[in-house]
Amino acid sequence: MQHDEQADKTRFPAPDDARVSRRNFLKAGLAGGITAAGILGMVPGGVKSAAYAGEKTGPEKPNVRFGIIPLTDCAVIVVAHEKGYFKKYGLNSTVSKEASWANIRDKVALGMLDGAHMLAPMPIAATLGIGAVRKATVTAYSMDLNGNGITVSNALYERMAKADPAAMKERPVTARALKKVIDADKQSGKPPMTFAMVFPVSTHNYQIRYWMASAGIDPDNDVRLIVIPPPQMVANLESNSIVGYCVGEPWNERAVAAGIGHTLITSYELWNNNPEKVFGVNLEWAEKYPKTHHAALMALIEAAQWMDKPENRIEVVKIIAQKSYVNAPEDVVKMSMTGTFRYSHGGMPRPLPDFNVFYRYAATFPWLSHAEWFITQMIRWGQIARPLDIRKTAASVYRPDIYRDVAKALGIAVPTINYKIEGTHAGHWTLTQASEPILMGPDRFLDGLVYDPAKPIEYVRSFRMKNLKMDLAALAERND
Amino acid sequence: MTLRVLLFDDDTERAATLRAALQEAGYEIAAQARSAVELMACVRVAKPDVIIIDRDSPDRDTLEHLCMITRDDPRAIVMFTQDADRTTMREALKAGVSAYVVDGLSAERVRPIVDLALVRFEQWQALRQERDQAQASLAERKVIERAKGIVMKQRHCSEEEAYRLMRKTAMDRNIRLSSVAESVIAMADLLT
Repeated sequence: MQHDEQADKTRFPAPDDARVSRRNFLKAGLAGGITAAGILGMVPGGVKSAAYAGEKTGPEKPNVRFGIIPLTDCAVIVVAHEKGYFKKYGLNSTVSKEASWANIRDKVALGMLDGAHMLAPMPIAATLGIGAVRKATVTAYSMDLNGNGITVSNALYERMAKADPAAMKERPVTARALKKVIDADKQSGKPPMTFAMVFPVSTHNYQIRYWMASAGIDPDNDVRLIVIPPPQMVANLESNSIVGYCVGEPWNERAVAAGIGHTLITSYELWNNNPEKVFGVNLEWAEKYPKTHHAALMALIEAAQWMDKPENRIEVVKIIAQKSYVNAPEDVVKMSMTGTFRYSHGGMPRPLPDFNVFYRYAATFPWLSHAEWFITQMIRWGQIARPLDIRKTAASVYRPDIYRDVAKALGIAVPTINYKIEGTHAGHWTLTQASEPILMGPDRFLDGLVYDPAKPIEYVRSFRMKNLKMDLAALAERND
Repeated sequence: MTLRVLLFDDDTERAATLRAALQEAGYEIAAQARSAVELMACVRVAKPDVIIIDRDSPDRDTLEHLCMITRDDPRAIVMFTQDADRTTMREALKAGVSAYVVDGLSAERVRPIVDLALVRFEQWQALRQERDQAQASLAERKVIERAKGIVMKQRHCSEEEAYRLMRKTAMDRNIRLSSVAESVIAMADLLT
């Protein structure tokens, strides 16, 4: 125990990072900006993979199977497959469309899938054994930022608009009007309304809870919160089984386009540039096939770079809208993928250029502070019932060390720190603690709170609304 | 006592086959659900002992959530799949409760598989309880150690004396020693 804590302390603020930064800076200077990727870029396609294979003796496991859930943010895996990025790095890939997040997790745990599109909190939950059998799972790659929305039925929207017209005109829309509707229902003795999200350990669960709780709604008692698979959301909203949901695209836009619901807020507005999905593999696999893992990450990074160029987004839409992937109309997929969002049927689409971020703002970097944020929310809502070493847990699941090796091989800019404070930037800013300065996006929360990863327990304590299943003093003791 | 089974499958033909096989094997089919929302209602109302679901059903996520919120009252879950891969099945069985894989749906195979799933589930439950208890007592011991340190510092007494004081307080008030320790720590946090 003692040793672990000592080791953890050195990780933050990580004196090592400063050395890495200087070294990379020197390297960049000496190389005169000509990086490995730059050199490879001058070589024709066929020669490239051969050169790579010769140099690194190729991946140990060339035949790989990656799982996805039909959502627009599975795009990077699909693009890396369809546009030949996996092939370029010696991987013969198969993309397998899976029916549920539980299936993704189990198949990755059992080795039936080599890696998969996962909800960002999932590898942490699998490692801790939350809601499942414990299996050490890691991620060295963040697949995207933002991408979700909270949508309510027309009937609830009208009730909210009547209950608090001023609150409903504000942007972003808070849950204040919803609180009034809930209070009125309580007064008249009506049962709580039912909302849905996609998985217990999902960004969506924490986002809808955050949104409700910031307006004083207790998501465990004032409403019923259930899990419904994304493709079933719209039908359930239409049949009044639920009154609202938090889900990824295209399932908000679909309800809006069909005139069934109104989107109130996107996850971007809830927390600017929040982490969303990751590429997860099981730890055993990562240790057994490190070169295969590296090859996959290189392909994913290059695919993300290509996808993040606005001129390529239409092609991304065409690829992922296909039946074998998302299976949704192109115009529905296009809406958010090209940086616009329509909140209401018949309304004008509003610009939301960062609705889907795949590469810029260091989007692909697995921040340990993001992993810790998810742990704070698991604690906040009682999903973790026993004190744990937050720092150590996060660092065993999110693996910036692996990412950095890959970034070095590709010659791309990479953060030299593993933790960043969230909630203090309203506009763009420059991350200078990086091998080269990186342009970053805003990172504010809807309620203006600040998340300092150095003080996770204080952060949990600061929430007025929480349903803890552990003693924070005991937690503090584990995290001295 | 007959075991109550909740069958969850959106493929009606396949569900009918399995249903017949289960009944023949002596199980009572408590309910049959077809959608995520129906599944939740069924589990609440029918209170099944075993839930059988297609591994590739999208509604597994709903089921999993349900198991999390009712984690004090867990149920065995059996999954079936068309995969005939023996290794995967073995791995799944090793992995534990939420991953029982049945390859195929023939009547004569249903009973032993469901029975095995139940046995494994009970073993797993027992192990989990043991583990939870062990973890809890370890956590308690740590809290007591820490409180002892605080008392020693505050009252300039020996370790034995501090322990004796805390134990006496616990006995006088008829509360657990760990609760006394927690109060000591909370007080110390408040006063320093």
